[in-house]
Amino acid sequence: MSRSPALSVEGACVALGARLVLRDVTFALEPGEFCALIGSNGSGKTTLLRAILGFVPLAAGEIRLEGAAGAPDPIGYVPQKLALDPALPLRARDVVALGLDGARLGISWPSKARNAEVDRMLRAVGAEGFAEQRIGLLSGGQQQRVLVAHALVRRPRLLLLDEPLANLDVRSTAEIVALLRRLSREYGAAVLLSAHDMNPLLSAMDRIVYLANGAAVAGRPEEVVRTEVLSSLYGYHVDVVRVHGRVVVVAAEAGEQIHEAVARDPVHTASVP
Amino acid sequence: MSVLLSAVEFLHNEPVRVALIVGGGAALVCAVVGVATVMQRQSFAGHALADVSSAGGSAAYLLGLNPLLGFLGLAAAAAGVMEWSEIREARERDLLTGVVLGAGLGLAALLLYFASTVHSASGAAVAVLFGSMFTIPAAVVPLALAVALTALTVSALVHRPLLVSALSVDLARAQGIRVRAVSLAHALALALAVSLAAMTVGAILSTALLIGPAAAALRVARRPAAAVALAAAIGLGATWGGIYLAYESFYWTPGRGWPVSFFIVALVFAAYLTAGALAVRWPRRAVGLPSGCEAH
Repeated sequence: MSRSPALSVEGACVALGARLVLRDVTFALEPGEFCALIGSNGSGKTTLLRAILGFVPLAAGEIRLEGAAGAPDPIGYVPQKLALDPALPLRARDVVALGLDGARLGISWPSKARNAEVDRMLRAVGAEGFAEQRIGLLSGGQQQRVLVAHALVRRPRLLLLDEPLANLDVRSTAEIVALLRRLSREYGAAVLLSAHDMNPLLSAMDRIVYLANGAAVAGRPEEVVRTEVLSSLYGYHVDVVRVHGRVVVVAAEAGEQIHEAVARDPVHTASVP
Repeated sequence: MSVLLSAVEFLHNEPVRVALIVGGGAALVCAVVGVATVMQRQSFAGHALADVSSAGGSAAYLLGLNPLLGFLGLAAAAAGVMEWSEIREARERDLLTGVVLGAGLGLAALLLYFASTVHSASGAAVAVLFGSMFTIPAAVVPLALAVALTALTVSALVHRPLLVSALSVDLARAQGIRVRAVSLAHALALALAVSLAAMTVGAILSTALLIGPAAAALRVARRPAAAVALAAAIGLGATWGGIYLAYESFYWTPGRGWPVSFFIVALVFAAYLTAGALAVRWPRRAVGLPSGCEAH
């Protein structure tokens, strides 16, 4: 592989106040790779995505985007839990069009090329059936499709999604995962998707970044989702157990008290790839 | 025939012409800026700016200055303070807005008291708070048009970045939009719109002109451009219709015309109710319900 990575994160540390939220996080994504960012609430997933976007500064380390010399490469981004106002007079197609040229000043004039590009993107995410409807009135799964189209319409090399599967039903979850995986291949964009539950993602992901208490292990799922690896990451013993074709990551009896909050709950459930 | 004669007479009247030009400009600007303001959920801030600007309007009366300058000065200052404070949380923002609003009106009360005692200008309070469309001096027209043009230009410039910000501030930042600068520009346009509205329909009623047409349009329009066009039509229609009705009202109760602001606000309110009725009658057309609703 001589291609440069779409994203490389090297020794990234982020401090919020006196607290180190991310500690020495290192991983890289190739173009077209589908990567899950897994961790429980408060493990630093959102902070890592915000650091990649440049919203929070690094205390140490480096984050490089492909072609980063000079102008920052556009990153496609789907934020967490958007409460879209049903009163916003924006149809699905308007939202996608804003992904194309929403940063420009002045009003937009009708353009055939622009409309064609928006239509192409709406079809690519399977949103052509509700393109004329207000974004705030669509279902969660439909909104995710439109927001993915908004993020991808400028053909970014990197697509970041913060908890896109939260609040989706089982069917929508499977559809969105399949869609993102297909688009990552078709558009050659590296996809980095955060989730607290890796279960619906394990069969689709090429790579996993597993976060716990601000530290990360990264690699192929079968390399990372293992008892020794995750125990070492958490700093106490966890078991990766296979039950009914799923993988469940369970903390052993709380040993070290510093991890009490995490150790009390089962850490994660996950299906076998 | 008499209707035609009265219409000709109406358009030949100098105060009426000034009212039509300045009022129309104010309505247009308010409609355009109002749609963005409602979408940003800043209606309350818009109202507060108007209340604060009443202190400036009062000061202008007291000092015998161009009233628009007074309204404009304080509205811009208040908008600047509210943007500067950079409060993200809605609750805190509402509190600050409410406190600033009260302080502005209190100052207006003092200045209006001085105006009525020193100049014995007892009409000043009504003019500042409830508008004085027919007493706007013709000398104000060039400044009013310049303010209107500036507000429209700024609003058009930040139209798209502001829409993305209305979706999500993080989404806007990820797209490289300078959210603070865009928000500041919108606040400036809002201050300009509010000062025009305050001068025409009064500081207290200016909210009706700023928010009313926009809110009515947003009930039925599906696209931003349609919302702006519809809000402009409602604002202009209500303002010009109100001026005409106020002019006619001199014949209803001889020698005593009804206030223009009343008619304008009444027409805007009627438009809002009508839009609501239309949105209920054609829900799919108005807002495009998800097609899945019927399928399941």
